[in-house]
Amino acid sequence: MSALLSIENLYVNFPTRFGEFVALDGVNLNVAAGEIHGLVGESGAGKSTVGAAVMGLLQSPGYVASGKIVFAGENLVGLNNDAYHRLRGDRISMIFQDPQTSLNPLLTIATQMIETIRQHRHVSASDARNQAIALLAETGINDIEKRIDDYPHQFSGGMRQRVVIGLALCTEPELIIADEPTTALDVSVQKQILKLIRTLCRERNIGIVLITHDIGVINETADRVTVLRSGRVIESGNTKDVLGKPKQTYTKELMAAVPRLDKRLDRFKNIVGEDDKVIDDSWKVPLASASFATQWLLSEKNEGNERNSHPLLTVSNLDVTFNSGQASWFGKNKGFKALSNINIDLMNGEVLGVVGESGSGKSTLAKAIVGLVPLSAGSMEFKGKMLPAGKHRDRHHPSRRVIQMVFQDPYSSLNNRKTVESIIAEPIRFYGLSHDEVEIKKLVASVLELVGMPQRAMLKYPHQFSGGQRQRIAVARALVARPEFLICDEPTSALDVSIQAQILNLLKDLQQTFGLSILFISHNLAVIRQMADRVVVIKNGEVVETSNTEQFFSAPSKTYSQMLLSETPSLVF
Amino acid sequence: MLSFIIRRLLQSLFVMLAVSLIAFSLFRFVGDPIAQMVGQETSIEDQENIRERLGLNDPMPTQYARFVGNLAKGEFGFSYRTRQPVNELILSRLPATLELGAVSLFISLIVGIPAGIYTALKRGFLSNALLVTTLVGISIPTFVIGIFLIYTFGVALGWLPTFGRGETVQLGWWQTNFLTLSGWKALILPGITLGVYQLTLTMRLVRAEMQEVLKTDYIKFATARGINYRSLYLHHAFRNTLVPVITIIGLQLGGIIAFSIVTESVFQWPGMGLLFLDSIRYVDIPVMSVYLVLIALIFVMINLIVDLAYFAIDPRVRHRGGDD
Amino acid sequence: MIESLRRWSIENELVYLFLRSPGALLAALVALLCVGGAVLSPWIAANDPYDIASLDILDSLIPPSWSDGGDARFLIGTDDQGRDLLAAILYGTRLSLLVGFLAITFASVLGVTVGLMAGYFGGRFDAIVMRIADVQLSLPAILTALLIDGIARGVLPQGQHDNLMIMVLTVAIGLSLWVNFARTVRATTFVERNKEYVQSCEIMGMHPFRIMFVHILPNTMGPILVILTVDLAVAVLLEATLSFLGVGVPANQPSLGTLIRIGTEYMFSGEWWIVIFPSAMLILMVISINLLGDFLRDALNPRIR
Repeated sequence: MSALLSIENLYVNFPTRFGEFVALDGVNLNVAAGEIHGLVGESGAGKSTVGAAVMGLLQSPGYVASGKIVFAGENLVGLNNDAYHRLRGDRISMIFQDPQTSLNPLLTIATQMIETIRQHRHVSASDARNQAIALLAETGINDIEKRIDDYPHQFSGGMRQRVVIGLALCTEPELIIADEPTTALDVSVQKQILKLIRTLCRERNIGIVLITHDIGVINETADRVTVLRSGRVIESGNTKDVLGKPKQTYTKELMAAVPRLDKRLDRFKNIVGEDDKVIDDSWKVPLASASFATQWLLSEKNEGNERNSHPLLTVSNLDVTFNSGQASWFGKNKGFKALSNINIDLMNGEVLGVVGESGSGKSTLAKAIVGLVPLSAGSMEFKGKMLPAGKHRDRHHPSRRVIQMVFQDPYSSLNNRKTVESIIAEPIRFYGLSHDEVEIKKLVASVLELVGMPQRAMLKYPHQFSGGQRQRIAVARALVARPEFLICDEPTSALDVSIQAQILNLLKDLQQTFGLSILFISHNLAVIRQMADRVVVIKNGEVVETSNTEQFFSAPSKTYSQMLLSETPSLVF
Repeated sequence: MLSFIIRRLLQSLFVMLAVSLIAFSLFRFVGDPIAQMVGQETSIEDQENIRERLGLNDPMPTQYARFVGNLAKGEFGFSYRTRQPVNELILSRLPATLELGAVSLFISLIVGIPAGIYTALKRGFLSNALLVTTLVGISIPTFVIGIFLIYTFGVALGWLPTFGRGETVQLGWWQTNFLTLSGWKALILPGITLGVYQLTLTMRLVRAEMQEVLKTDYIKFATARGINYRSLYLHHAFRNTLVPVITIIGLQLGGIIAFSIVTESVFQWPGMGLLFLDSIRYVDIPVMSVYLVLIALIFVMINLIVDLAYFAIDPRVRHRGGDD
Repeated sequence: MIESLRRWSIENELVYLFLRSPGALLAALVALLCVGGAVLSPWIAANDPYDIASLDILDSLIPPSWSDGGDARFLIGTDDQGRDLLAAILYGTRLSLLVGFLAITFASVLGVTVGLMAGYFGGRFDAIVMRIADVQLSLPAILTALLIDGIARGVLPQGQHDNLMIMVLTVAIGLSLWVNFARTVRATTFVERNKEYVQSCEIMGMHPFRIMFVHILPNTMGPILVILTVDLAVAVLLEATLSFLGVGVPANQPSLGTLIRIGTEYMFSGEWWIVIFPSAMLILMVISINLLGDFLRDALNPRIR
């Protein structure tokens, strides 16, 4: 197999105010025609930079410092922009991550397709249109003759990604760079799109570079794989070999950090994150320590945290409708029913997993419980007492302290203008848990240590930390309120797998130490399997199935659950 | 679509009612209208009679309703200063201001949009020079620009007239500059004076919006598909900047009307701005309040047109029915 | 010490960019000189241009000291009433800046409060406030200022009008500028209030005003800072324009705009300095403020960078 694309010893640099940043550090890569080559790595590995370098679209001020990008026998490095631009679309094309943003919103699908075809082929507009229709039909868009004159916003996410693929293919390129093509999609759609990509690759003998952070996607789709870390190739080879029998330590650790669908692990093996070494650990608050934090947090013994004694939270016949009955200028708005007839029991000390695709209403459930959205029907009971919903919950209601929440996006869940110290100390002061400033300071330092951060972190601001570190800070903030019930809404979906493993470990540790009850929301079945004692599946605002985790994963009873399980990329070899 | 337009019309109506309320309070509470209308020698009884006859003793809501009704009928009352009917005064001045505004808007768009696109796409000497010029452009007050144009082209070089409209042609009640050479010459300096500030605003805005759009995924994707740069910039990118640009053009028209006051004062241009300025100096309340309502009306109409333009440009607005 | 280091560490990117931007440095220097000269004008200026008694009509219309007929006492000449032009410019700048600062203080306090509340509460409050803002926007700044000035003339007796003119100007300019603050802060607040840190505060049961002013407000400071700078320039220009139109500050206390208006009367007869120097001062000051505003906008806007 001769290489269609061969990257030789590629160096890409970005000049920054701290000096030259080496984004790609001697990368070698070979892609043959008709092959899907997976490029996998965590954020900052430089995988997207490889794609941009091949397209000749490196973001300014980045530049190729040395090395070769040989495409069909021609070195692309140093090619002038006009010649490069003729190549783009014509022989090399690209698929972007987010179908919501990668189509021009003001032009119809037909306009964009026909323009692209006619840029590269001398065909009449009507021929181009017919080609476009044929190709889009091939990508699996139904009723395309009617829909081709629609605008992008009239298509769903999955359909849009098919249009994007159609656009990338319409000029019959030899090589396609697919940068996270399914990351923004739900698993069920993801499976179909990946299948489409694979089929097109085989049928048309196209070389595809599949860039992704998701090892499951690589495992199911790629023929060969290259693992990147910090701009360096760690390991490369046949997918089965690299993922099944990794040779390098990093690859082994990475594989160990991927949550498995087939079995539950007690704890993940930790990868030593590179950013963890940066912060020095010498600065200490006198007498502060993790054990002090544990002691303080346990000092007010929560009654009845023996497991499964009786329900801590009961949700009965819950309905949430948005914009209902709001008088608009013309007639009544029917509103959108986000949740209907939800019944859930959460036992003391239990981790209840809630799983569902985007738009299923799983986050709305969390918001309803914490009182951020009003209920249109149903009721909630917490510790045997009625839990008022929405605006009816008093600002000083006791549940406001004992129910705490960890959010999805650690970049938005911490106030960037406050120091970590004031972020963590705020709940302590707000709930009046301590009035002694010396103790508060000691406590903040101790809790930081408890969640695996150096005490010195309290002097800094959130933006000085990585996503994983921020999530630890967010957990610390939730923890100092001495909660009994923790709601985790997709707490790791914004994080890399190795960081995800660390955060999941941390949550498990804390859950055990403090006997916390946790409502754990995730779209990722594998993560749910690792965390939850019981699972609730939600679809379109309704509960599909509730069952014990082990039972659910070995034999799901409902069709929808079975489908979800089969469509989640697995790591079984 | 229809419901959107009706909703916008209702909002416009609200704005107009609010402005007319301000105008009414101006008219009714700033100074005594009777004292302004009659001479010193009129007796108290006569004043009371006039007051009664004009309905100034009626309850306030009634008076306000009558005020709005008169406005809607185009009966604007009489100027305190010249004793002429206000609608005649305004109509005689309106064409001058509208023509001046049209010329300066034209200048600002025809130069500002291409310059904005150019500076967004290219770096280099010309681009930087243009950017420095715009900075100076927004920093020099309109009246100073006017003064220096007058000094240079009127006084020092003697090429162009420095005040008034020159020769005009009467088309019905509309007096136009556009049909004589002298009229055109008279328009040049005030037109530029009024246009420069708007031009720099247009250019800076188009540049900023273009830069934003060029960073989007769909432009990157179009680049990766090898769409030629001309189509990429004009067809794909510029179209997407049109919604914010049109919004700003709408706001600019308001700015042009406002700054026409200054320009008209510098060039002694016999438009509405000059009339308004005089009415402020002499506390000519009826003229002030009518001018106010008229400006608000123009502004509201511009905003309506801008909203309709969104429909033409953005399919998302079309399909959503324009919900905010 | 730690506190100042902490401050520095958060601002350091701004400081870093500032020190590497020659334009911004120069602009800051010029702006500083303008403000310094204005503040210190009573001690720098040769005579008090507001004190009629100290003026000598024989000194009127003297050209700058380096040209024919110049007088060493008056570096850049005198105006029609025999005022030292340099002193008049310094005092005029002081007045212009005073009005400018007062106006944007008024506008920002009003606009930021309204914008925060509209953005946070949304719904009906927001709708009403934004309609009011629409009305305000439909009356451009100059018009609003002229109107308020006109009303003040109608309502206040002549003598008081002159004395209160600075207050009237401040209110007039401030009222025409608050919408900028309100709209920007509202837009930023909309974004911030959907962020999870705000939700976390709401879940805790924090008082809305505490959330608004303690948590959201600091996150809107970037855009506010930019508008403060840009609108200071606008306010100074507005004041100059109003004074030029003869409806601003009283003639016996000339601001830069008044000086330029007086100067234009002498422009055609050859006394160019009376109009040139105040204009130059005004333009220099506004350009430097605008340069700083541009710098802040670019430095604080992560989207553009």
